[in-house]
Amino acid sequence: MKFGLAHTGNTLIVRIAGELDHHYTDEIRYRIDSEIMKPYVHNVVFDFNKLTFMDSSGIGMIVGRYKKVKAVGGSIYIMCSNKTVKKILEISGVFQFAKICDDINDAV
Amino acid sequence: MRRINEFSMDFLAKSNNEGFARSVVGVFASQLDPTVDEIADIKTAVSEAVTNCVVHAYSGKKYQNGENKIHIHCVLFDCGIEITIEDYGRGIENVELARQAMYTTSPDTERSGLGFTIMESFTDKMDVVSRPDEGTKITMLKLIKNLQ
Repeated sequence: MKFGLAHTGNTLIVRIAGELDHHYTDEIRYRIDSEIMKPYVHNVVFDFNKLTFMDSSGIGMIVGRYKKVKAVGGSIYIMCSNKTVKKILEISGVFQFAKICDDINDAV
Repeated sequence: MRRINEFSMDFLAKSNNEGFARSVVGVFASQLDPTVDEIADIKTAVSEAVTNCVVHAYSGKKYQNGENKIHIHCVLFDCGIEITIEDYGRGIENVELARQAMYTTSPDTERSGLGFTIMESFTDKMDVVSRPDEGTKITMLKLIKNLQ
């Protein structure tokens, strides 16, 4: 698993590559939350284009971040090109609140 | 169903073994020449089952003389793979309730409650046998399309 954070305006970009499971979600959650707490961060973009695996632990992590940005009027965007990861996101109903986008410019 | 091959392994219920377990089962299943999508389905279902053992079965308590172990047994048939994942932990009081989507006993830790739902949707058959304080045994069957 590889993890990186970047900012564009009021949007936090979270890039996760490789395999995301329960072993990594605690650390990722902590690092994202310390950024979300900053007053200028409203939206979060999850860039999953280089993610090769995710299970329901990732869903719990996304839902938790959604609750936080929703409280400040922000949105969640997801970029995802992997078919299996997309299938998990669809089954779990994440797209009911998160917007899917192909390009980072669609979100910011 | 003709039995082709099988293997078993035991390992500690640690979160860094989640990736190890799903990779091993994925590699073993590849003997049946499944598609990339079928391998991904198998790995996801195994990851959910093993994560349940780590997060729920052995949480807060030591079982089996302090060694919290997970047992995996896989059988390759001429039509697909049967995967059994067993723990010796706290067990599930109400299996029917636990299998419901969004149900979780740990809402504070951001568990999504989708583990069983995903195991069920990514395989062709799933059985759960559980006894409180004795453990839980999940058996999943994944049929491989090119063998049907």
